[in-house]
Amino acid sequence: MTVEAVSETPAPVPAREVLGGVRGLKKHFPIHQGVFRRQVGAVKAIDGVDFDIFRGETLGLVGESGSGKSTTGRTILQLEKATAGSVTFEGTELTTLSTEKMRKLRPRMQMVFQDPHASLNPRMTVGSIIAEPLREHGVATGDERRQRVEELLSLVGLEAKHANRYPHEFSGGQRQRIGIARAIALNPDFIVCDEPIAALDVSIQAQVVNLLEDLQDVLGLTYLFISHDLSMVRHIADRVAVMYLGKIMELAPQEEMYAKPKHPYTQALLSAVPVPDPDVEENRRRVILEGDIPSPANPPSGCVFSTRCPMVQEKCRVDVPAFRELEPGHWVACHFAE
Amino acid sequence: MTELQRPDVGLETAQAPLRDAEALTTEERTQFQMIITRFLRHKVAVASLVAFILIVLFAFVGPLVWKYDHNIYRDIPSDQPPSWDHPFGTTRAGQDVMGQVMRGTQQTLKVGFVVALLTTGIGATWGAIAGFYRGRVDAVMMRIVDVIIVIPILVVVLVLAGFTRGTTWFSVALIIGLFGWTSTARVVRGMVLSLREQEFVEASRAMGAGDGRIIFRHLLPNTAGVIIVDATLVIASAILVEAALSFLGFGIQIPDTSLGLLIQNAQTAVFTRPWLFYIPGFFVIFIVLTINFIGDGLRDALDPRQQMVRR
Repeated sequence: MTVEAVSETPAPVPAREVLGGVRGLKKHFPIHQGVFRRQVGAVKAIDGVDFDIFRGETLGLVGESGSGKSTTGRTILQLEKATAGSVTFEGTELTTLSTEKMRKLRPRMQMVFQDPHASLNPRMTVGSIIAEPLREHGVATGDERRQRVEELLSLVGLEAKHANRYPHEFSGGQRQRIGIARAIALNPDFIVCDEPIAALDVSIQAQVVNLLEDLQDVLGLTYLFISHDLSMVRHIADRVAVMYLGKIMELAPQEEMYAKPKHPYTQALLSAVPVPDPDVEENRRRVILEGDIPSPANPPSGCVFSTRCPMVQEKCRVDVPAFRELEPGHWVACHFAE
Repeated sequence: MTELQRPDVGLETAQAPLRDAEALTTEERTQFQMIITRFLRHKVAVASLVAFILIVLFAFVGPLVWKYDHNIYRDIPSDQPPSWDHPFGTTRAGQDVMGQVMRGTQQTLKVGFVVALLTTGIGATWGAIAGFYRGRVDAVMMRIVDVIIVIPILVVVLVLAGFTRGTTWFSVALIIGLFGWTSTARVVRGMVLSLREQEFVEASRAMGAGDGRIIFRHLLPNTAGVIIVDATLVIASAILVEAALSFLGFGIQIPDTSLGLLIQNAQTAVFTRPWLFYIPGFFVIFIVLTINFIGDGLRDALDPRQQMVRR
């Protein structure tokens, strides 16, 4: 199993080109209350996140719902305004960029959305949906644009004649292909895939993931792949970041993360993944976490995981653990991980 | 880019359901053809459209053909019930009611059309902008709407009549339109508030679309159904408001006429000379009804999610 995984993904080359990254990224949503809409608190959706994205890789971002992984993706693309911290893309700071300058950069970074039913305008034909980014950025006109749409359709495994149809005439998987065609229309470098397969049937999920992988090879794309499906992330990601309550708990290359997780939260998550071998499955040790994920409006002091951690110590409730690099490329936010 | 190979990822299974659908919708249709086809499926709407076209011909071509217009003629006998010479009867003053109804329908249709154009244009844009930007913009814009709602239209007409000498059908339509768009704005705002949270709006923003494009390409087309229904209701109420204004002496004035004016004038004659009241009344109801059905058919035809299958 491990051998196979290693042979599938080439060992990370040490000197990789950084495409972009975030430093100390925070996104707090204010909570207003009372007659005067006074701000009484904030939902800390992201509360200090650091990571780099290397060119050509797939960075998997996993976590429970409410852990802030979608918000992270949206904040990187400046669809949400960051409360604090920085987002860089090829050395350009995005958080302070004017709307117009950001608009110019948008062709370079795109997004594939979770719900293929909601992310396509029901009143527009597939052709005009895919052509919209081309039109918006004045890339191609007339016949050239139509040709490009047909090319994109065939690239994602649809047919040219589908351009005249409406989104509701397609299945979920096909719609997600349309969403992907729209995302790659402008030849981006970077695509945020926000749970692109969560809304699809299991049988279709593999097709869409394979399509994403093929497009990555052909077009040299870099993905931030947001998901809560640990098995799917293991399949597609080169590196994996585990998020919990707005913070990254652990960040490591995929094989290392799945072979020797260092953070108790990652260990608990991985122990919950079923193994497709009945003998192993029977003797598998499950780490069962007690309780629910705390409210991001009122996160625990110290380590955010301290309320549910099976190995919690006094120190965890007081001190916020640093995000340390224990081994090259393997970062952990835990006082006791080694 | 062109030499790229097409990834044949599980295409077999992905195409299967589509091939089945192929059997139903056989040939390629352009968007326009699809809208026409869907409209033609709506039998009542088609019948209404035919009836409406006949009314329009009656109102605009009729006066060119018919021997009398709406004016008083000495040779027209007074107070005659419908006859071959005067199919809709005559008035006491000596007017041919058919000539009057032709002219009245013409004026009423013009007023209704201009009012519909104004209310949907202003109301939809206003509501969409308020709903899209929310916050302070929304608060200010909707308070303006509230103020316009409480201004009595009659007072405005009175004041304006003081400045301008006499009122034409156009100034009446302008006034009704400029004060009648508030309900459209409220309805559209409500829809936009919910639509703007949909993922396709965010997708559009992620690709770099500006606010204008999002409002006019993504949000407003999705409110088309409501706007059309609203427009048909607005036309109906515009016809009635115009009638009320005419009655008070501020709308279309004698010797010109409108359907509303004809009905108001005939109020005392309902029992003694019923043709004066019922014939223009029937035209008002008929116009409003056909417009409502046409609007219904249009709403279905413009919604691509509607089935192509006959109901």
